[in-house]
Amino acid sequence: MKKIIADREIDVNEEGYLVDFNQWDKDVCAYLADEQGISMTDKHWEVIEYLQDKHHKEEPLSIRGIKKSGVINIKEFYSLFPGGPLKKSTLIAGIPKPKSCI
Amino acid sequence: MSETSVKEMSETKVKETNGTKVKKMLFILSKGTIENAYAAFVMANGARMEGIESEIFFTFFGLETIQKKKLEHLRTATVGNPALHMPTMLGGLPGVEALATKMMKKEMEKLDMPPIGEFLEILSDSGCKLWGCKLAVDMFHLKEEDLIDELDGVITIGDFYGRANEEGTHLLFI
Repeated sequence: MKKIIADREIDVNEEGYLVDFNQWDKDVCAYLADEQGISMTDKHWEVIEYLQDKHHKEEPLSIRGIKKSGVINIKEFYSLFPGGPLKKSTLIAGIPKPKSCI
Repeated sequence: MSETSVKEMSETKVKETNGTKVKKMLFILSKGTIENAYAAFVMANGARMEGIESEIFFTFFGLETIQKKKLEHLRTATVGNPALHMPTMLGGLPGVEALATKMMKKEMEKLDMPPIGEFLEILSDSGCKLWGCKLAVDMFHLKEEDLIDELDGVITIGDFYGRANEEGTHLLFI
């Protein structure tokens, strides 16, 4: 499925997650964040970078991992990405939605 | 296909998959076994992760899971639990329950399931409200200092129903 993001045609799955991380950049990121009603701050970028780093190391993402991350605590995480933080932050980061139940 | 229609199509698709009518999940945890506690915690946390509000009401033996001194010592029942595929007589022998619990905890750790105390912290930080049942707290003669610091209060079942007073709320008894 294709979607126009930041004036470009980007491949996404049926939930809107990027299929190819190579198509991700900061413009795409800001566009996706805006769609979720989020305006990116330095802290948002820091979290996005952390998530991408984890993803590239093939380490599974979980809320417990966020707690241990040292980058952000759970309360802040929920306030930066309201309404499903891990779901929204991974979408914005251009990485797959975590499959874990925790 | 024009660019606009591609965009329109994908936006509709995205909206469809994200939509749920569930707005709030209220759990009543009445049992003190480790698997029941995790069932409630995983579902309550899962709700928050999906942007759904969640709250847990701890009553009767469910109170074991929010008592500072007891919460890390929850066990699984080896007697009267056919799913363990263990003869009832064997399940009652000393140490069997502890062993079964240990094995279960080990498997859960592999899946990165947090221990009970840490899970309660995660839930509280995630905005899940935690309530003690007034009647059961009185019945077991528990004091405020016996219960976890994350507890949002001790309330009656009537108060809890009051918290269900909005569309899209579901109540679940565990």
